[in-house]
Amino acid sequence: MHPFQEFVQQLINGLVIGSIYSLVALGYTMVFGILGFINFAHGDVYMIGTFLGLVLLGTGAFSFTAALVGSAILTGIIGVAIEKVCYRPVRRFGKGFEDTMLVSAIGVSIFLETLAQIIWGTETHAMGGGLHRVAFQVWGLRISSVQITILVVAVALMAVLQLFVTRTVTGAAMRATAQNMTAARLMGISIDRIIAITFAIGSVMAAVGGMLVGSYFDAVYPMMGWTTGIPAFTAAVVGGVGSLPGAMIAGVLIGLIETLGSAYISSGFRAGFAFIVLIITLLFFPSGLFKAKRGEGKV
Amino acid sequence: MRLRWMVWIVAAAVLLGLPRMVTDDYWMHMIIMTGMWMILAVSMDLIYGYGGQLNLGHASFAAIGAYFTALLMLRLNLSYWVAMPLSGLGAAVISLLVGVPTMRLKGLYLGLATLGFGEIVRLTLLMWYPMTRGPMGLPGIPAPTIGSFVIESKTAFYYIILALLLITIYATRRVVNSRMGIALMAIRDDEVAARAMGVHSSWYKVEVFMVGTFFAGIAGSFYAVYVSFISPDSFKMMDSFMIFSMPILGGLGTLVGPLIGALILYVLPEATRVFAQYRMLWVGMLLVVTMVTQPLGILGGFEALAGRFRRSKPTLQPE
Repeated sequence: MHPFQEFVQQLINGLVIGSIYSLVALGYTMVFGILGFINFAHGDVYMIGTFLGLVLLGTGAFSFTAALVGSAILTGIIGVAIEKVCYRPVRRFGKGFEDTMLVSAIGVSIFLETLAQIIWGTETHAMGGGLHRVAFQVWGLRISSVQITILVVAVALMAVLQLFVTRTVTGAAMRATAQNMTAARLMGISIDRIIAITFAIGSVMAAVGGMLVGSYFDAVYPMMGWTTGIPAFTAAVVGGVGSLPGAMIAGVLIGLIETLGSAYISSGFRAGFAFIVLIITLLFFPSGLFKAKRGEGKV
Repeated sequence: MRLRWMVWIVAAAVLLGLPRMVTDDYWMHMIIMTGMWMILAVSMDLIYGYGGQLNLGHASFAAIGAYFTALLMLRLNLSYWVAMPLSGLGAAVISLLVGVPTMRLKGLYLGLATLGFGEIVRLTLLMWYPMTRGPMGLPGIPAPTIGSFVIESKTAFYYIILALLLITIYATRRVVNSRMGIALMAIRDDEVAARAMGVHSSWYKVEVFMVGTFFAGIAGSFYAVYVSFISPDSFKMMDSFMIFSMPILGGLGTLVGPLIGALILYVLPEATRVFAQYRMLWVGMLLVVTMVTQPLGILGGFEALAGRFRRSKPTLQPE
């Protein structure tokens, strides 16, 4: 393979994994934007969603698409339930309890990981009956149908979310809540409902991302929440907290940096590139690369 | 007044006589390890509870201390009593590398920077093969000696960790009650106001970070000689999360809170080891249930009951 072809191949791989990071990053950035804390359990919600999809596939009664939709719905419900049980009561105590919510999120994360290990074991499961795989050879590059599916689904979902947030009344309410919760409440917006919707959207996106990744790598395991969660919340910070387009672009960016870094610099340091990007961003662009202007797509 | 003295004498007698009362080696091991986690929790409380600086990479400073001790003792044949303070200093100096550039970051952003730093430390330890032997770790760290007496027994290690813990508590109390402590709490509660009053906030923030990470380094140093084997997995990201949770669970910015938090979060999973795979389930549930019902931690709840409800917690998101 020509070095340049090799490079383009890595770009494509990075783009694919990056679009998954974008999907998961949306859940982090929306919650961070509204509640002011990093929901460390989001990665584990993503993992649970993937396992639920695996269970649905395992029954043999569902096609991949049906299992994906089913797991997205179930995970959305789980996300809302977690918010209701573990974060909402803390929110009731008032402002300044973000660290308490952070510890609660750590608790949720430990709980979900242990639960997954008890139910499904610590080993890696193959995503049997996943997406149909066809590999295309274009100009010496290998592009599989799974990669194309991931890109199409991710872009479509993000476009729908962007339209939802900018063009619907509920979306406007979400943006208002992110800007100023008190003012939004005074305008008659039900904050609890908006936050529940936020968690539902984030969890659905995470489940879809998880199903696609599980099928792409043909691997589902209890710790997968951190493998994707770390680059994803990095993307949320790099993109500017609360900025949906920022998280989408940053997710792809991190996917590219990680893939190119592990291909050309050091594959053992793969997980470290996201952190280096995170630290550089925090030092030089503390409010993210793409700071959302007030009222423009900020959630 | 007399009663107070009695309490102190009984407490001292219990602490000194503990190795005589606990004959089971396993329990002795747990007590020693609890002491180590308590040092980490107390120093975390100094950094976050009083200093208001969210640190999600505390375990990595313990790892730095542990590797300093192991390398100084294995490569340079230094005595533990020299290696230990050097390890603390090493951790503190490296914390400068984090503290100075991240000085302007606040709240969760600082937390994320320290989290990233912690993972970079772990990956460096994994990959710096000639120095750290990567994932294989460093085995055979020699036991500390006093003259010709080799410290190997659990009892001897118990007294060392007890002394280290008491020194840590004493030192952090001195810091908290000093001019620096008052300045720190002023910065924590309102940085702008503190600066307007002439408090040099940046310097104090870096300083408290160094003091806290110094003790994290000491705790890691103790771990290295006590277990005599360390690897990059000895202190992981989850440990940083646990150390961060300890003071918040017990009661942030209190003397006893971090101790209670460390006791619960270390002993609960270890003591329920019989139920092997279920043990972390309780920890997760306990964290959520405590936070949902007692947002100020276990001690904070008691204080609220006693009518001494203080609202001076660090805020993560400046409005």
